[in-house]
Amino acid sequence: MSAPAAWPDTYGDEAKPRMGFFTDTSICIGCKACEVACKEWNLIPDDGRVWTGESYDNTSTLGANSWRHVAFVEQRKPLKVDGDAASVDAEPLRWLMESDVCKHCTHAGCLDACPTGALFRTEFGTVVVQQDVCNGCGYCVVACPFGVLDKRHLSRAPDDPAPTLPLLGKDEDGRVWKCTLCYDRLKGGHEPACAKSCPTDSIQFGEVEELRARADRRLEKLRAERWNGARLYGRDPDDGVGGFGAFFLLLDEPEVYGLPPDPVVPTTHLPKLWRTTALAAAGVVAAIATAFVGGRS
Amino acid sequence: MSRTNGPVTAIGSELQSYYGRPIVKEPVWEPAVAVYFFTGGIAGSCSVLHGVGRLARNDGLAKTALYVGAAADLVSPALLVSDLGRPERFLNMLRVFKITSPMSVGSWVLALSSGSSVLAAALELAGRLRPVKWAAELVSFVTGPALATYTGALVANTTIPAWSEARDELPLVFGASATASGGAATTLFAPAGTAGPARRAALLGAVAELALTRRMENRLGFAGEVYRQGEAGRYGRLAKACTAAGAALLASRGRRSGLAARAGAALVLAGGAALRFSVYRAGFQSARDPRYLVATQRERLQRATSR
Repeated sequence: MSAPAAWPDTYGDEAKPRMGFFTDTSICIGCKACEVACKEWNLIPDDGRVWTGESYDNTSTLGANSWRHVAFVEQRKPLKVDGDAASVDAEPLRWLMESDVCKHCTHAGCLDACPTGALFRTEFGTVVVQQDVCNGCGYCVVACPFGVLDKRHLSRAPDDPAPTLPLLGKDEDGRVWKCTLCYDRLKGGHEPACAKSCPTDSIQFGEVEELRARADRRLEKLRAERWNGARLYGRDPDDGVGGFGAFFLLLDEPEVYGLPPDPVVPTTHLPKLWRTTALAAAGVVAAIATAFVGGRS
Repeated sequence: MSRTNGPVTAIGSELQSYYGRPIVKEPVWEPAVAVYFFTGGIAGSCSVLHGVGRLARNDGLAKTALYVGAAADLVSPALLVSDLGRPERFLNMLRVFKITSPMSVGSWVLALSSGSSVLAAALELAGRLRPVKWAAELVSFVTGPALATYTGALVANTTIPAWSEARDELPLVFGASATASGGAATTLFAPAGTAGPARRAALLGAVAELALTRRMENRLGFAGEVYRQGEAGRYGRLAKACTAAGAALLASRGRRSGLAARAGAALVLAGGAALRFSVYRAGFQSARDPRYLVATQRERLQRATSR
């Protein structure tokens, strides 16, 4: 049903087809080449080394300094549903891996919320932060249904040059960062670094419409082969964010991978919320006017 | 919750998560923002008190409300700018106007309301340029109600469960609390014999604040539990105790005793500040535990499929 607002119409002749990812987790091998390629290409700083003990995952979550994150889930569940030879084992075990990324939503909460216009919709239908405009207000961070965006905190070394204007004692970059779907590479006609580096084509880059058709065929095949829990996530243009530009094939419920089961862009509720706010504002005036009944003392 | 990947039992259903890790990010806002919710509320409702005071020809009260509001209007932008990751870029807030962003709408409202209130107060003090002062007073009066209430929409228009699920009440709760705080702050400083309307505004606001907060907490489902727990719960109980005690004092002895009126006003102010911190902390607590988000969305999905 829906196309992103401000795309492609505002771009006129310069509009490009909407580009995105189809991340097929059924063939992810958890090599993290996507994480590394993303860090290298986008010059993303180190964010410390923490051993979590959570399977092979030491990245833990998407954030200002992690724009791809490979989730690892160890489960006592059969890989295929009943009747298949693979599920005969008394103690089935499967290891799910999923390379998470910014969803580049059709209706993007971050984009609607951004008060400076730093976040914008590109000619490829993707969502990007302009780092020379962002003032780090943090509203997009709480507007994202997926917890993708975050403010970058960076300690300045003692011999780093002081900022030209006072940062009120803040030791941080202070701006919000997220996946750009390698906007610079797209401009040059290249595919994003993560997709380029993926050795199994679990991360597939292309026109969203074409990827959706490809995902439908893939799901049909996995279902015919009786894979346990196969489903598409974010492919449906009628979901709460109008479909993802970067969507997934998952093998379990979204929350098992740390994804929201029913993401809805906050802006959906905003018209009613503004009406409630107008009512509240009228209430303030009415209460104060009432308070003047009864004289001065 | 446990840090394994197993099911977590809550309200009779099995909730799953990824090692118990949050799904949405916690806000990156510092406590200065919660203080701003409080001072912005005072500033907004003082603009209204001042405007209606002028219309009612209660100039003593109107002037006090103007000065108190202007003080809050001076502090408010400073608090917000200090919270930015790049404070030197604060003017980027006024590059665009977006009705889809309560932060954008609020920035414009604050810029207009704060600018006009401070200008009007300065001209009142200086006793000059009366037509300019009247114009500034008018702008302040018109934008004040929006300033007093938009912060409720600001936090409700997010993916934070304790805030977004409370979207039908938060602007009303914040508006009531702003009325109470503005009335109370003006009561503290108003000349003898003029403070009646401010005192009654504080009382009306306090009663509405208590009633609306109760309605919000009763209506909220599972995610509402954070308002009763941890820091949010402690601030919430403090807010209720202070606001109720202040309201009782204002209602019983506020008319006869100036001292009682000021003590009651101080309690209502403390209650208002505690309420804003309770809501602020509840947002963090509900984002930190993925069960609130998963339970809310699973319930929504269940309702949608059973329909």
